[in-house]
Amino acid sequence: MTPVQRPLSPHLGIYKPQLTTVLSITHRATGIALSVGAVFLVWWLVALAYGPQSFAVPRAFFQSWIGVVFLLGWTFSLFFHLCNGIRHLFWDAGKGFDLKTTYASGWTVVAASVVLTAALWVFALGKGGF
Amino acid sequence: MERMRTPYGRVAGLGSAKEGVQHWWMQRLTAVALIPLSLWFAISVAGVGGSYEAVHAWLRVPGPSILMILFLGSALYHAMLGVQVVLEDYVHCEKAKIASLVSLKLVTVLLAVAGIYAVLRVGFGG
Repeated sequence: MTPVQRPLSPHLGIYKPQLTTVLSITHRATGIALSVGAVFLVWWLVALAYGPQSFAVPRAFFQSWIGVVFLLGWTFSLFFHLCNGIRHLFWDAGKGFDLKTTYASGWTVVAASVVLTAALWVFALGKGGF
Repeated sequence: MERMRTPYGRVAGLGSAKEGVQHWWMQRLTAVALIPLSLWFAISVAGVGGSYEAVHAWLRVPGPSILMILFLGSALYHAMLGVQVVLEDYVHCEKAKIASLVSLKLVTVLLAVAGIYAVLRVGFGG
């Protein structure tokens, strides 16, 4: 079958990134990251149920540099997805759709997720770390 | 549109896929549940310290056990619904799509059972 020669809509890559589109795809990306994080959470809990020797394995992972990078990423993902998720719930209720509010809520989400991530890490390290 | 539907179809409120708004609704319901639960989870785990003794002593108390099971249930359900949409969007080969969706559902149930069992085991002093 020969492909029909017809005009196609421009590919995604041609558009200038905007706050709205970047936050939209970040919501999906953080959701996937959190799903992967859920697998690690179950691993952590099952290791805990097995006893101290088993628990040492996930603990060593979360204390390694890659584990810390993962935890930082998951903390940010959690707070971003939480804040932007609340933004989505307002949209579901039909509120905050005009451009000005959409941008204001978008920047609020960015600021809140950064501040909450930093605050949780300061709190965790103050409690003696992990 | 509404006039083209049968009276039964209107009452049942289900679309052509026989699920209607079920997926959308459960995603929102779990989202609302996860607002307090994920905040509780993040603050608790950040404050517990990472040692076996500290985590075990914290989780074996009924309150944290119950909340952890609720968190696991709603987070895994929410994750399953979200990843399902991602797979439906990006996996175009029909066989691979069905295989990945079936795997997703089975792995989610496996994770939920494993996680909840582990919490109960800690809680009941296994």
